[in-house]
Amino acid sequence: MTTALEVNGLTKHFSTGGARLFAGKRKVHAVDDVTFSLRPGTITALVGESGSGKSTVARVLARLHDPTAGSIVFEGHDATKSEILRYRSQVQMIFQDPFGSLNPVKTVAHHIERPLLIHKIVPRKQVGERVHELLKTVGLVPPEHIARKYPHELSGGQRQRVAIARALAVEPRVILADEPTSMLDVSIRIGILNLMLALKEDRELAFLYVTHDLASARYVADEMLVMYAGQIVEQGPTEEVLQNPLHPYTRLLLSSVPDPRAGLRLEDVSARRSHHSGVDPVAGCRFVERCPLAISVCRERTPELVEARPAQRARCHVTAPAPEVLHV
Amino acid sequence: MTEMLDRPMREAPGVQTEALVELRQLVVDYAIPGRRVRAVDHVDLTIHAGEIVGLAGESGCGKTTTGNAILQILREPAQVTSGQILFQGEDLVGLSREQLRRFRWRNVSMVFQSAMNSLNPVMRVGDQFVDMMQAHERISKREALQQAGELLRMVGIDPERTRSYSHELSGGMRQRVIIAMALALKPELVIMDEPTTALDVVVQREILQQIDALKRELDFAVLFITHDLSLLLEFADRVAIMYAGEIVESAPAAELYRAPQHPYTVGLMGSFPPLTGPIERMVGIPGSPPDLSDPPTGCRFHPRCPHCRPEDEPLYVRQVADRPVLKPVGPDHLVACHLVEDNQ
Repeated sequence: MTTALEVNGLTKHFSTGGARLFAGKRKVHAVDDVTFSLRPGTITALVGESGSGKSTVARVLARLHDPTAGSIVFEGHDATKSEILRYRSQVQMIFQDPFGSLNPVKTVAHHIERPLLIHKIVPRKQVGERVHELLKTVGLVPPEHIARKYPHELSGGQRQRVAIARALAVEPRVILADEPTSMLDVSIRIGILNLMLALKEDRELAFLYVTHDLASARYVADEMLVMYAGQIVEQGPTEEVLQNPLHPYTRLLLSSVPDPRAGLRLEDVSARRSHHSGVDPVAGCRFVERCPLAISVCRERTPELVEARPAQRARCHVTAPAPEVLHV
Repeated sequence: MTEMLDRPMREAPGVQTEALVELRQLVVDYAIPGRRVRAVDHVDLTIHAGEIVGLAGESGCGKTTTGNAILQILREPAQVTSGQILFQGEDLVGLSREQLRRFRWRNVSMVFQSAMNSLNPVMRVGDQFVDMMQAHERISKREALQQAGELLRMVGIDPERTRSYSHELSGGMRQRVIIAMALALKPELVIMDEPTTALDVVVQREILQQIDALKRELDFAVLFITHDLSLLLEFADRVAIMYAGEIVESAPAAELYRAPQHPYTVGLMGSFPPLTGPIERMVGIPGSPPDLSDPPTGCRFHPRCPHCRPEDEPLYVRQVADRPVLKPVGPDHLVACHLVEDNQ
């Protein structure tokens, strides 16, 4: 199957500390050896806690940060080496905060005209018409009316739709959506998720949906990546991952989601706290301190991503043991 | 729907205990020159001792203003225009500054959403406990620090952390410190305004479990304000739904989950995709909440209500002209909706 964007061994380290002059800099392994691909007409959810590195992945893919190592292949070319303007027109990002991502002194029309003009998408004469088309696509009607408004005259949901219309203006193949609904009211969120579903189907877009909300990920996503402390710890088709999770971290996330059907679950998840900060990791599983299943090998060797079920892979010595370990 | 009936029911409080806080026809206005925004519009709400009451609704529905009104920390231009806030029978509206100072923390305390901002960054955590406790009772620094350590232990933080500064703590730990501080003077009520919204699901669950355990030990009541209805249905004893300044439905959590009556409540519940079971295309609630300086006539929800159609002539006329009032539809279950009135 064709891929829209291929990510191979993507790694991003940030330097930290350095308060003492000659003490070596410590490195935060924000993203460590992350490999996946985005396919046209598919929504891939990237889930994890804050600090897991999921937003950094999106930002590196948007070329807002340079990767420390690894490659991003778009249409057969290494994106880190290809022309940035072309890449950016094909890979668009939508941010969490629709209040901060729009210019308060410019109209809605201005925000959508700019990419159309900069990337010369349509002749100048057709720009106004295209702006209206895009506003209609994202459900902002009547477009003539909305186009003249300023961001402060719009609700949060409407602003996020403007941000999506702006991203669509350059006719991208890939959209990186970083928590696009987390700042919106619950009643508005479904509308944005439905818009993503419609765009994926109508335009064959490839979405990376970065979120900590597993239920919304289940609602929209075909594929799921679970990140913990910079690494992908589980990946596979969304339903498989959520109904039959392999990695204990995925299970922990699932059991933490509020669910009125279950009543308040008081089993103690708090005993195993100490979140891995990703600073200078040593060998071994990064989840080991919080893991209920940990065995001795978990402290000694870093688990690989192993395909334990068809198309479902996990980084766990216990639930997804590597074949050679079995034969020891 | 049988699985839901199996849900372990909390004992329904309110039958045996008396009212701790009673809001009676509370009205809070924001008096902005040239217009008046009625953020809380004739709200009746009762919180019984030891009960967790959830207050849910979209942003701007008046839920935070209601919480602030109980603590009497409304700031200009917001003011209580009319109504009563009874705490153990005594009206808090019109109390002097000194009376209120003694009332806050000791009787009612508050946990805000952004714990990161409510701790003083240049004071050790323990000293902040000492400050607050010494402002309210005669207590030595040593004793206060010792109590602070004990409180931290109760929320699952090493008592040694009294010596830490807030930047040395994670967001979840800071929120726990704030909860410990809110409980320091053993108040009867803790108002929690989106206490876990800024946190991850795993940390959120840990904190909810901790609140639940603490509540059993210390027996305080909680007014839990959030937009996350699914969380309340799991965590609260009773839930009130606010829309455009009014309470439109209130019921025991299990009852609300089993049989929501108001179309707004139904819409809110339909806004959370399920984690299990079939996935159906959901619709959420069309439109957005009204401008409270110029609210819709009649039922405030009618412009967004799927059951409000001009074809249904007699009902429609009432929906756009008359304000529905809260009426009982079951034990402890109140709904303000013309449709529900019709069905009875």
